[in-house]
Amino acid sequence: MKKMTNGLKGKLWLALLLVLSLLISACSPSKETVVKTTTGNEPYKVGAVLDISGNSSSLGVPERDTLLMMVEKLNANGGVKGHPIELTIMDNKSDETESVLAVKTLIEKDVLAILGASSSGTSMAMIKTVQSEKVPMISLAAASTIVEPTGERQWVFKTAQSDIVMINKIISYLKKNNLNKVAFLYMNNSYGDNGKKALSAAVKDSGITIVAEEKFDANDKDMTAQLTKVKTSGAQVAIVWAIPPSASILTKNFKDVGLSIPLIHSHGVGNQKFIELAQGAADGAILPIGKFSVAQQISDNDPQKKVLGSYSVDYSKKYNAEPNSFGGYAWDAFNLLVNALEKAGPDRVAIRGELEKTQGFIGISGVFNMSPQDHNGLKEDSAVLVKVEQGKWKLIE
Amino acid sequence: MEEQLLQLLFTGLTLGSIYSIIALTLVTTFNVTGILNLAQGEFVVIGALSAVSLQGTGMPMMAIFIVSVILVAILGGLLERLTIYRARGASSLSMLIITIGLSISLRGLALLIWGTETYSLPAFSKGGSLTLGGATLNPQSIWIFALVAVTLASLYGFFEHTFWGKAVKASVYNPTGARLQGINLNTISFLAFVGAGGLGAAAGVSIGPITMVTYDMGFMLGVKGFVAATIGGLSNVGGAVIGGILLGLLESFSSGLISSGLKDAISMIILLGVLLIRPDGIIGAIRERKI
Repeated sequence: MKKMTNGLKGKLWLALLLVLSLLISACSPSKETVVKTTTGNEPYKVGAVLDISGNSSSLGVPERDTLLMMVEKLNANGGVKGHPIELTIMDNKSDETESVLAVKTLIEKDVLAILGASSSGTSMAMIKTVQSEKVPMISLAAASTIVEPTGERQWVFKTAQSDIVMINKIISYLKKNNLNKVAFLYMNNSYGDNGKKALSAAVKDSGITIVAEEKFDANDKDMTAQLTKVKTSGAQVAIVWAIPPSASILTKNFKDVGLSIPLIHSHGVGNQKFIELAQGAADGAILPIGKFSVAQQISDNDPQKKVLGSYSVDYSKKYNAEPNSFGGYAWDAFNLLVNALEKAGPDRVAIRGELEKTQGFIGISGVFNMSPQDHNGLKEDSAVLVKVEQGKWKLIE
Repeated sequence: MEEQLLQLLFTGLTLGSIYSIIALTLVTTFNVTGILNLAQGEFVVIGALSAVSLQGTGMPMMAIFIVSVILVAILGGLLERLTIYRARGASSLSMLIITIGLSISLRGLALLIWGTETYSLPAFSKGGSLTLGGATLNPQSIWIFALVAVTLASLYGFFEHTFWGKAVKASVYNPTGARLQGINLNTISFLAFVGAGGLGAAAGVSIGPITMVTYDMGFMLGVKGFVAATIGGLSNVGGAVIGGILLGLLESFSSGLISSGLKDAISMIILLGVLLIRPDGIIGAIRERKI
């Protein structure tokens, strides 16, 4: 099979190929999008680290699109007091290490603040760097530990409702419906772990017991084994802390193994993709979610009604696609930052201070009231419970 | 308890058949060309993603299946001509590196064409899952079992009963002798990659309804297929299938009975164990490449 006559030619090709593949692999990690404008005063540099590819891409992509849309709009209207925003978006490929590298690259570029990351794990990875470099960061992820304990998180804020807010919403639903035995299924990553911690803390002294606890990986293709254990555990309700695609596969498997107890998901599945990938199995699933997904169904008196409507119109006009609550987290983070920039100017310490003072900011995820003890600023009233009915979100309370 | 065990068995068989089919394609290419094709997982993904795109044309599922298989078979052949053929004098290690390069390039290509979204594919047969003895079985699993069986049978038929099959065997046993008999080794390597592409695509379209499809899932599938193939001895077609099924069962039973968090650790420990104790795989000691 070996032929030496063609050795040299073969080697040349090989070298070319190696160089090519190295090039491809070298290009991809530092993938970045820079939005620049040439007019006006000196631009304010802002960075974003998002999970654009990889497991959490269903979160990162709408967030990126939202940010691009908003920067364009803001700069077209004169930017922040005449200073255009220069936004650099980095893709961390849903990977914690890449996330840290991206933050360091951005800090070297002297950005004033960093938005992101999209998921809890990638956000947690960034905290150490922004804390020591003293750069304000606004995460778009759920885990409460991103902004707690506040003593060690002076520079970190976040816009997604904390898991504890969502858990409390679920607990009150369980109490109302007298469901006391819970099976908890969670993703084996930081999002799932934090959900588990928040739930274990919340059920203490509530009369609710966790009768089964099962993990699965973000890449897992089948969760029947875990669900079989749930089936024999005597649970009255299953709570799942995961994001698609694994959350969708689990939902499909849930129907397949014939489980008939109520299925409660986390807000991590709050996008249409979850319903689509579950191929009909999502019907009946209940989840706490920001008001955005049911914007048409909420009362006209709701303070958020107008903001929700205008984001939806802007986004669908630009991308010809429906926005979702993940894009909303980016909308909130960007506007919080712009508000802080307006008051503080290009000064990281002042920006941090202004972010912390945010009061009554009406965003997509809720009405934000930040304080030194609360770097999320959202309460339970920022979430509603919805049920999937015929592939659509339906407000149930 | 019995129901639970039966359910775990079904789950294990489903996972196992997915791993088996990938292990099968790996082993076949390895047997025929001596190349461990690490881009095999990418063939699977591109097959499945092509099917996702073809869905838009409104073709019936059967036609989509066939077209995807043909497309990726062509891609496999093309890549062989462009890379493996050009480097045909190189060592096995270089070949391995070439396939790594192919894998990365194909993943990049898939990212450019299909983006980072997760797609789903419809199941081959309509209707819900089957219930057997209190446990449920996804009908798509049966299709995958069938694919494994058909592939095994046709590989056997090809190698034992056709001229080309015998030519391939001859060229593996004794390349120089085969060449003297007028067998063109380059053509055989070409055919092996066409076959690997086609089989990979068939696997991709079949597992898509269960696993969903993302551009980057090829790597993990490739790794699991590789583990399955190694357990089976890397050069044994039957061993690959058994290795795959064993791996699937191990994963399913360990997550169902011990801990779902330890699943991957357990399967990797088994791999290490097999490599340390029986480096030739659990299916007999096979010193030479066999078909």
